Amino acid sequence: MSNATNENLVNLAAARAEPGQTTELGATIGDVRSKNPFVVAENVDVYYGDNHAIRNVTLEIGKQEVIALIGPSGCGKSTFLRCLNRMNDSIESARVSGTILLDGQDIYSRNLDPVALRARVGMVFQKPNPFPKSIYDNVAYGPRIHGLAADRAELDQIVRTSLERAGLWDEVKDRLDDAGTGLSGGQQQRLCIARTIAVGPEVILMDEPCSALDPIATARIEDLIDELSEDYAIVVVTHSMQQAARVSKRVAYFHLGTLVEVDETDRIFTNPRHKLTEDYITGRIG
Amino acid sequence: MENTTLILTVCLLGVAGFYLGRSRSLSVVGGFAAARNLHSLPGYYGYFTAIWCLLPALAVLTLWFVLEPRVVMALLVDSLPQAQQDLPPGQLNLLLNNVRNFAAGSAIGGETNQVLTDAAAVYLQLQARSRLLLTGLVLACAVLGGVIAWRRIHPEFRARNRVEGIVMLLLVAASSIAIFTTIGIVLSVLFEAVRFFGEVPISDFLFGTNWSPQTAIRADQVGSSGSFGAIPLFTGTLLITGIAMLVAVPVGLMTAIYLAEYSSRGVREIAKPLLELLAGIPTVVYGFFAALTIAPWVRRTGESLGFEVASESALAAGLVMGIMIIPLVSSLADDAIKAVPGSMRDGALGLGSTRSEAMTKVILPAALPGIVGGILLAVSRAIGETMIVVMAAGLAANLTANPFAAVTTVTVQIVTLLVGDQEFDSAKTLAAFALGLILFIVTLILNMAGLRVVRKYREQYE
Repeated sequence: MSNATNENLVNLAAARAEPGQTTELGATIGDVRSKNPFVVAENVDVYYGDNHAIRNVTLEIGKQEVIALIGPSGCGKSTFLRCLNRMNDSIESARVSGTILLDGQDIYSRNLDPVALRARVGMVFQKPNPFPKSIYDNVAYGPRIHGLAADRAELDQIVRTSLERAGLWDEVKDRLDDAGTGLSGGQQQRLCIARTIAVGPEVILMDEPCSALDPIATARIEDLIDELSEDYAIVVVTHSMQQAARVSKRVAYFHLGTLVEVDETDRIFTNPRHKLTEDYITGRIG
Repeated sequence: MENTTLILTVCLLGVAGFYLGRSRSLSVVGGFAAARNLHSLPGYYGYFTAIWCLLPALAVLTLWFVLEPRVVMALLVDSLPQAQQDLPPGQLNLLLNNVRNFAAGSAIGGETNQVLTDAAAVYLQLQARSRLLLTGLVLACAVLGGVIAWRRIHPEFRARNRVEGIVMLLLVAASSIAIFTTIGIVLSVLFEAVRFFGEVPISDFLFGTNWSPQTAIRADQVGSSGSFGAIPLFTGTLLITGIAMLVAVPVGLMTAIYLAEYSSRGVREIAKPLLELLAGIPTVVYGFFAALTIAPWVRRTGESLGFEVASESALAAGLVMGIMIIPLVSSLADDAIKAVPGSMRDGALGLGSTRSEAMTKVILPAALPGIVGGILLAVSRAIGETMIVVMAAGLAANLTANPFAAVTTVTVQIVTLLVGDQEFDSAKTLAAFALGLILFIVTLILNMAGLRVVRKYREQYE
C-alpha cells in the first residue's frame, strides 16, 4: 500500500472519529508488559534504506504465551517478527536499532551468533517450504547441523517425537523416506513445524502460517499452536481476525510501522480503545 | 531490364500500391471523417494492396531464377547441330560452358569454330528474349496483383486480418529456415558418411585403433594404405574434454556459488559482465594463448618435474578449453542456484544453518539437477570445440591416456582432412563426414539430455 493511500485512510479514520477515541499514531495503548517476560523488545526501530519500517516499538512476550500480530499489509508486523530471530540480517539495506532481549540476553549484541540464536528462536513461514528431501531428512536437518543426536537411534527418536508433537506422525510413519514436497499443503506446513520443533527452540515465530492452507488444514495448525503454547512462546503474524481470536492470548495491532494497541485478546476484540484498531478489526480498513 | 532495376521497380510499385490502397479505402467510405466505418485502419488496406503487388511478382522472379538457366540450356542444346547433340554428357557440358564463356566475352581454352560462334549467338538471343519476357511478366504480375487487391477494397473488407495472416506466414517461414537448414546439414553429412561406410566397414571405423587417413593417390605409392580406426580420436577427445571439465566444473561452480550467495551487489555487477566477456572471446584467440603461452609453460613445468612433455600436449589444450568453458558452467549453475526459491534458503537459515550449511545441504542439492544439465551442455561444447585443439593439441593420433602426450580430436581431424585441395570421393575426405556424423550425434544427445534436465528442473519450482 502506498503512503498516500495510508494517509488517506488515517484521515478518513480521523474524520469518522468518535469522541473519546484517539486516531493519532502515538504511544502504544494497552499493556506492552508481560507478567513473565521472555522476549523483550525495547524501542525497536527498523529501517530499509531510507524507509522507516518499524517506529519505536516496545513489546514484551511471555513464556508459554501466544501473541498474535495483526494489521494491514505493509504495517511492519512481519518485519518486527523477523527482527526477533535476526532474519532481517540477510537484507543488505536493513538496519535495526533499540534492544531485543531473549531471556535477558541482547540478541543484537556483538558476541551473539545469529546462527545460534535461530536455533533458539524457530520460524515457520507463510508458504510451507519443506526441503526437497525425504520427510525424515527434513526433520533430521536441524538436529544434524546442530549435532543434537549422538547416534542414529537418538536421531530417530528426535524425528519421531517432533513429528508426533506436530501431529503428523500417524500420517507419515510408514513413508518417512518419501519426499517432503509430496505431502499436501497442510501436511507440509506441519512438517515445517516438526522441523522447527526438532531443533528444540524456546520461541517459535510463525509468519501467516495458514494463509496458503484450506480451512481444515488451518484448523489442525491452530489446534497445534494451542498445544505447543504449553512449552513455547509463540508469536503468530496473521491476517485472519478469527485466527487471532482463536489461538492467541494477547493481540498486538500494528499500523504504518507503529504498534498501536496491545491487549488481552478478549478485550481487544470486544473493546478496542484505538479508533484504528476498531476500524481494522471491524473490517473497515485493511 | 537488369535484375536490380527490376526488383527496385517492383518495390516502387509496392509503395505506390500502399498509397493507392490507402487512399481508395478512405475514398470508398468518404474521407478521413468516416474512416471509423472501415473494418480496419486505412493503413492496412494500403499494406494489403502493397503485399499483393509484391508477392506474386517476387514469386515469379524467384521461380524464374531457378528455372531459367535450365530452360535456356535445353533450348540451346536443341539448336546445336545433331553431331554435337549426340556428344557424351561430359563433353556436351564442356561445350556448353565454352559457349557461355564465349558469349560473355571471356577467353576460352581450345580453338573457336563455327559451331561455337553460332551457339553463342543463339545463347545471347535466348538470354535477351528471356530477360524481356521476365521483365514483362514480373511487371504485369505486380500491376495485376495490385489492381485486383485495389478493386477488392470496400468498407467491410477485413484487411487487417488478411495482412496479419500474411505476416504470420512470413514469421513461420523465417523460423522454419533454421529447422530446414539443420535437416539439410544432417542429410548431407549422412549421405557422405554412408558413402564412406561403403568403402570402410563401420566396425573398422568405430572400433579400429589405428588412425592414418593417408590414402594412396597413385597405385605404386608406398606406405599410404589408409587406416580409419577412430578410437584414438575418441579417446583424445575424451581426454581433452575430461581435462577441460576438471578445470571448468569446480571453478565455474565455485564462481556461481560465490556470485549467487556471498558476493555483494557491487562485486556481482562487475564480475558477471566480466565473466560474460570471457565467453565472448573468439576461440581462435584462446587457441593461440594455448599454443604460445600455456603449452610452453606446461612443457617447462613438466620437464622441471621430470616428466616428458610433448610441445603440443592434451594438458595445455584441455586447460585452456576449461578456462573457456568456465563462464558457461558458472552462468548455468548461477541460474540453477537462483532458481531455488528463497523460501528454501530462509527455511534453512531459520533453523539455525550457517550460510555455507544452507548452501551445501539445501540449496545445492535442490539445484543439482539444473547444474548437471548445465555441465552436460558444457561437455557438449567442449567436444565440439575446434580452434583450441587445432592449435594446441597436435595432430598425432596417439592412443594414450597420458595428458602430457600430443593427442588429436575428432574436430581436429575433420579440419585436417578437409583443408587444402581435396578430391571429394576418396575415403580420406569422406572420413571427415563420418566423423562429423558421430560428433553431431554425440553432441545432439548431450544437448537434448542437458536441456531436458534443465527444463524439467525449472518447472519443478514454477
